[in-house]
Amino acid sequence: MRVLVIEDDQETATFLKRALKESGHVAEYAGDGQTGLDLARANAYDVLIVDRMLPKCDGLAVIQALRTEEIRTPALILSALGEVDDRVKGLRAGGDDYLTKPYAFTELLARIEALARRTSPEEGSTRFVVGDLVLDRLSHKVTRAGEAIMLQPREFRLLEYLMKHAGQVVTRTMLLENVWDYHFDPQTNVIDVHISRLRSKIDKNFGNPLLHTVRGAGYSIRDSAH
Amino acid sequence: MTALTKLFRTTTFRLSLTYLALFSAAAIVAIVYIYWNTTVLLSRQLNQTIDAELKGLAEQYRAGGLDQLVRTVAERSATPGNSLYLVADSEGRRLAGNLSAVTPDLWNSLGPVEFVYRRPAAGGVENRLAFANVFRLPSGYRLIVGRDIEDRRELARMVRSAMLWGLGVMALFGIGGGYWVSRKLLARIDALSDTSRTIMEGDLTGRLPVNGSGDELDRLAQSLNLMLARIEQLMAGLREVSDNIAHDLKTPLNRLRNRVEAALREPYGEPVYREALERTIEEADGLIKTFNALLSIARIEAGAAGGENRETLDVSALLRDVAELYEPVAEERGLALKADMHAPIFIRGDRQLLGQAIANLIDNAIKYGTSEAAEGGPDAQPEVEVSAEAKGPMAEIVVTDRGPGVPVSDRERVLDRFVRLEASRSEPGSGLGLSLVAAVARLHGGSLRLEDNEPGLRVILALPTNGETHVNGAPQQALQGAEIRPA
Repeated sequence: MRVLVIEDDQETATFLKRALKESGHVAEYAGDGQTGLDLARANAYDVLIVDRMLPKCDGLAVIQALRTEEIRTPALILSALGEVDDRVKGLRAGGDDYLTKPYAFTELLARIEALARRTSPEEGSTRFVVGDLVLDRLSHKVTRAGEAIMLQPREFRLLEYLMKHAGQVVTRTMLLENVWDYHFDPQTNVIDVHISRLRSKIDKNFGNPLLHTVRGAGYSIRDSAH
Repeated sequence: MTALTKLFRTTTFRLSLTYLALFSAAAIVAIVYIYWNTTVLLSRQLNQTIDAELKGLAEQYRAGGLDQLVRTVAERSATPGNSLYLVADSEGRRLAGNLSAVTPDLWNSLGPVEFVYRRPAAGGVENRLAFANVFRLPSGYRLIVGRDIEDRRELARMVRSAMLWGLGVMALFGIGGGYWVSRKLLARIDALSDTSRTIMEGDLTGRLPVNGSGDELDRLAQSLNLMLARIEQLMAGLREVSDNIAHDLKTPLNRLRNRVEAALREPYGEPVYREALERTIEEADGLIKTFNALLSIARIEAGAAGGENRETLDVSALLRDVAELYEPVAEERGLALKADMHAPIFIRGDRQLLGQAIANLIDNAIKYGTSEAAEGGPDAQPEVEVSAEAKGPMAEIVVTDRGPGVPVSDRERVLDRFVRLEASRSEPGSGLGLSLVAAVARLHGGSLRLEDNEPGLRVILALPTNGETHVNGAPQQALQGAEIRPA
């Protein structure tokens, strides 16, 4: 995955570049808004990581400029402003996701991987398959090894989101934001309990577990038998 | 600026000068008018008197000729008074009358004339002003009939001097009075501004002097004092908050630092470092959470957050939604989470902030609702109940638990930042949960109250409903600025 980091803080940028490289991605870096805009216009990136406050050209302006030129590269906005208002503004400007500083790198990585996936063809499919687990988005039916599994509506949406990002790490915050549409910190580890409930339904009576906990990051659904 | 120029610049002093000028002008107009009228009246009387005398003498002359005229004039001259008479021949020799000499001017004039004559007085002769009518008789004789008008001149002089004196005294009193009143007022204003200066320099306990007269300055001072009291209260609040922040952020920071330092001293190598670093990240995450919560509260209290994201939403649905999010957690803790919602209740609010507030309430109920109930024997059913109900113009979200509750004396205090009761110290938490709920309630024009659930705690979050759903199209007045009421 080719990533462009537009960030004016040298140290953060270096850290991001190195960490992305370690995760198997190629990262390029621009120190100000104008350079970032030029690079994003000239090259085909999979994801842009844009700091909100940049010299020369504001981060939101960069994204807006790209969007008016029909350049639809997914963009993740990084900002120290964490309020709901700011998040809404960022998304309205054409950003695809919003992450507040300070953040965990695992969170950032999971999010940009999810963003890059969004442009892939699986997005619109009506059936998700992981191993012998099948989720039908039209009939709202879930089966594992041909056996029907009864899920609550919320559990269905949770599984749907996990399977849409099968093979990727999905963080707790991502689940809270995308499955529940809550952008606040719920204090207790509520997501973990929901996951363990879901796990008991889809994994408990089957030999090969599909829903994995990724330590320090979140969860991932994948067929580890392969 | 000297004290005197400062005094002259006061509004009071300028006002008194203006009034003085106006009163003086009015007084001058009045006096001049009276004087002029009096003069006109006196002149008319004078003319009439002289005409009457002339008429009488003319009759005498017609009846008895010059001799009788001379005789009558001599008679009349003998009676004392202000009348002046003179009959003289063509050479100017006096035949009769009490006017001694006749100046050539007077002799040659004809008709009414004003002149100065000499009259014997105590200790000599005095010049007096007279008014007369000069009449020419046949054969060059003259008849002069007049009256002494020296008194009138005296009157004019008196009026003039009275006017000058009066104006002088008025000016003296006006300026003096203005000076006195201004100084008195200035002294009070100076006292007020001196006090405000000391307050501005940082002494917030200072108050403006109030003398109890209830006048406009007193009322102003009272209002300013109320304002100062409010500022002092806010500053005290701010100080308390920063003290709390210092304490509650520094403690974990210190812990974090100690841990890293200890790990560096350990000679055991990577696995130990790794563990220490992982715990450091955990600690940092906790700090970030606390920091975010603090910032949120501050922004909500400043009214900066949630303004743009207000939408009409169903509180019942939101409550059901959040309850569903927490239901597995409650179950895991051996609690029954019961949600009792009926009809939709619409309010205008920020979904994220309200969601967070409700989440905090349910989270608290789950955290603190268990301990006591577990020991409370078989009767104490550990449960958390949430419900939403429309009560008049307010939507009441009620979250109850069967935990130890909050003593009456602490119910107001627990809404403050970082306040954690002794009983709850063992549970993880920042002590910011209820502060945030209270701030969200205030932002939405609602209130937060804590009550006794006998046993347990009953938290009521009241929010103004969206009037449109109750009254046909007419939005009800939202309750603005409602206070957090202690139960």
